[in-house]
Amino acid sequence: MKTLAARRRSPIALLVLLLLGLTMTGTAYAVFQPKAAPGTSATTVSAEDIEEGRQLFLANCASCHGTNAEGNAPAGPSLVGVGAAAVDFQVGTGRMPLAAPGVQAPANRDQVNFTSEEITQMAAYVDSLGPGPAVPDAQWLDLEGADIANGGKLFRTNCAMCHNSAGTGGALTRGKYAPTLMGVEPVHIYEAMLTGPQSMPVFNDDNLTPQEKEDVIAFIVDMDQGGTAYGGHQMGSIGPAGDTLFIWTIGIGLLIAAAVWLGRKAA
Amino acid sequence: MTTSRVPQGADDLRSDGATTTTADQSAATGADRPALPPPIVWSDERVGTAKGMRFLLKKVFPDHWSFLLGEVAMYSMVICLITGTFLTFWFIPSMGHVTYDGSYVPLKGVGMSEAYASTLDISFDIKGGLLIRQLHHWAALLFIVGIALHVARVFFTGAFRKPREINWVIGSVLSLLAIIEGFAGYSLPDDLLSGTGIRAMAGFMQSAPVIGSYMTFFVFGGPFPGEMIIPRLYIAHVLLIPALLVGLFTAHIVLVAVHKHTQYPGPGRTNNNVVGFPLMPVYMAKAGGFFFIVFGITALISALVTINPVWVYGPYDPTQVTAGSQPDFYMWFSDGALRLLPGWLEFTLFGFTFGMNIFLGSLLLLPLVWILLSLYPFLEAWVTGDKREHHILDRPRNAPVRTAIGAAAISMYLVLALATVNDILAIKLGLSINDITVTFRAAFFLLPVIVFYIVKRLCISLQRADRDRVLHGTETGRIVRTPEGEFYEVHEPLDPYTRWTLVQHDPMLPLSQREQDEVDEHGVRRPRPVTHGLRRALSDFYFRDQVQPVTPAELAAAQSHGEHDALESAPTPQLGEPVSAVPGERAALRNRED
Repeated sequence: MKTLAARRRSPIALLVLLLLGLTMTGTAYAVFQPKAAPGTSATTVSAEDIEEGRQLFLANCASCHGTNAEGNAPAGPSLVGVGAAAVDFQVGTGRMPLAAPGVQAPANRDQVNFTSEEITQMAAYVDSLGPGPAVPDAQWLDLEGADIANGGKLFRTNCAMCHNSAGTGGALTRGKYAPTLMGVEPVHIYEAMLTGPQSMPVFNDDNLTPQEKEDVIAFIVDMDQGGTAYGGHQMGSIGPAGDTLFIWTIGIGLLIAAAVWLGRKAA
Repeated sequence: MTTSRVPQGADDLRSDGATTTTADQSAATGADRPALPPPIVWSDERVGTAKGMRFLLKKVFPDHWSFLLGEVAMYSMVICLITGTFLTFWFIPSMGHVTYDGSYVPLKGVGMSEAYASTLDISFDIKGGLLIRQLHHWAALLFIVGIALHVARVFFTGAFRKPREINWVIGSVLSLLAIIEGFAGYSLPDDLLSGTGIRAMAGFMQSAPVIGSYMTFFVFGGPFPGEMIIPRLYIAHVLLIPALLVGLFTAHIVLVAVHKHTQYPGPGRTNNNVVGFPLMPVYMAKAGGFFFIVFGITALISALVTINPVWVYGPYDPTQVTAGSQPDFYMWFSDGALRLLPGWLEFTLFGFTFGMNIFLGSLLLLPLVWILLSLYPFLEAWVTGDKREHHILDRPRNAPVRTAIGAAAISMYLVLALATVNDILAIKLGLSINDITVTFRAAFFLLPVIVFYIVKRLCISLQRADRDRVLHGTETGRIVRTPEGEFYEVHEPLDPYTRWTLVQHDPMLPLSQREQDEVDEHGVRRPRPVTHGLRRALSDFYFRDQVQPVTPAELAAAQSHGEHDALESAPTPQLGEPVSAVPGERAALRNRED
């Protein structure tokens, strides 16, 4: 103890302390850092798949994202570490390849020009570049035993401020928008939460556990299947704006027509 | 045989001095009088019903569809009262916490207030509850749409002029009460959307300088949201405001009966008569039938179209908000003003924060709109100096500046209102919300000016077209060749009935052309209020470019000069007796003070 006390003012002490601090911080970070999603590394894909995926990537994606997916700003970001889930979401919903530059890549479900096998191959290639979130397990997508009410609570807390409580979407700044969630595949909703595409924040498994994600998806699917459609026509589920449009056109129009009929001079 | 004359009771309520004939004797003595149904005789003998009924049932109402807009509002209010009573049987105005266990699965087990849970019960578990809820809400919207259109009709036809200014003020207060009632009503279910509205209301109150925080704590019984606001809004919604609404509405209707109904100009219609049908039987059938039409259409809408699906919004939680939040349309202009006001209007001065970006769009704008609305009749009368009674409505074109002011105000209001749905417009039209906001900010100032100019010129063009029609007649398309070889088109003069409507309005002159000289005959300055200069300037503005109605002299000149040079040779409009050579001559009835 004496020797340590004697040397604490040595010029070396500061460096030693710094080294110790950095080592411990790094070790602590490695211990506490959020785990990558289970099944991160593509275990089921073969080397041929990755090679096929690379060929597809070079033909369809490299012009913006670079031949090694290293990114080609501002045309396209680096895809190293985005994971297979990002590829499956972006290509599977028709957002990528981008048809035209704009503020945001629009969903384009009619323009998915790849088979699911090709998408898997591209995803395998991108995943091979660096670990990232994988395509979710089917276990979280079957919606069996999911708690719709809990999903609704989570949805209103985490999603409704952009996507609208009815999931019909909403506006963001400068022409960007949160798209409608109606008609979106459960797997794509899950991947969007996992990867946070475009303006969307990431909801990793520490924010929302896979079970909670499944609940949210079950709630959205329930709405999509008309689980909230009571009372008649929904007027686009855009809140009082729809009611206003209706009452100021058809509603009062009918009554004015009746008034004109009544107000005519009697024969 | 009649009973002996007693100086009290129902007999004294009769103006004709007839004495009581009891019901069973009426058969013997009633040969010379109409046989009334026994209940009427019964009540007349006790409370003198006949006198009041004669006044009411003989009341004549003119026919026009636009006179029924106010009735749309009236009947919608009645529907709201009926359906609202139904809803009170099940609604629980409490913010007490419960866990939902009703039949709506997506909310099962979710914690919420009793108010929200009972609204869900009304919607899903009470038979007919959802239909009545939707009927209540649609009728409430229709109530305010009816009021808005009724106000517009009264404004643009000048029906607010003497002697109806008080009724205009009552109507303005009614319209304000109606939107407060609406706001209180849609806030009651305590869903995520309406809770956001109450949050906005709390913000409005907090923006008041100095007293803001105190006022908010007073209204909410503590910090937002507290547990008081729903019960308090409930009492305001079902007791306080309805009582005021019904009371003022009664006064509104009584004044209509006292003033008689206005009518549109037309042959035979004068300031001293009302041309139309009596309440009994024609208007009893028309107006009574209209109630059922309004009720039927509202019920049809309520059965087919969802309104305010509170179950989609979820229960209110101050940590949540949904995209596309907006109030019902009658609060839009205020919400829109908040969206347009720039953020730098919130600043700190002497250690206090001033939220002018909120204050201007709410606590200032809301009262300002209704003050201006209420004062308009008095302002216009002051500017025009018109102190005559008016029972004939103006055709909007014949008051170009008033019509233009109204249109400009509506355009300003619409810009604010549409700013509330800037996010919906952005997503539905694929636009940038920032661009929309900037455009609306500019439009708020520019659009009223443009609309004022265009509408005023349109009115004047229409007036000139009317003058042309009166002077030239209608073009027949028949070309006639004279013996000298000249060609001309035959213009057919208007028949007197058509002409009446085009020439009936009163010519008015601006103050500067009516007032006496600055000094009297002794060279002494006349005493004038300091505002006289302003009044003269406004009067000039009001009457500038006005087209005067055709005078008989002009008409005679036009018709004697043949078809072509009539207008060119017609002198500049002289103020004289307008043409009224038609049945129902009313020139003598004109009382002109200027």
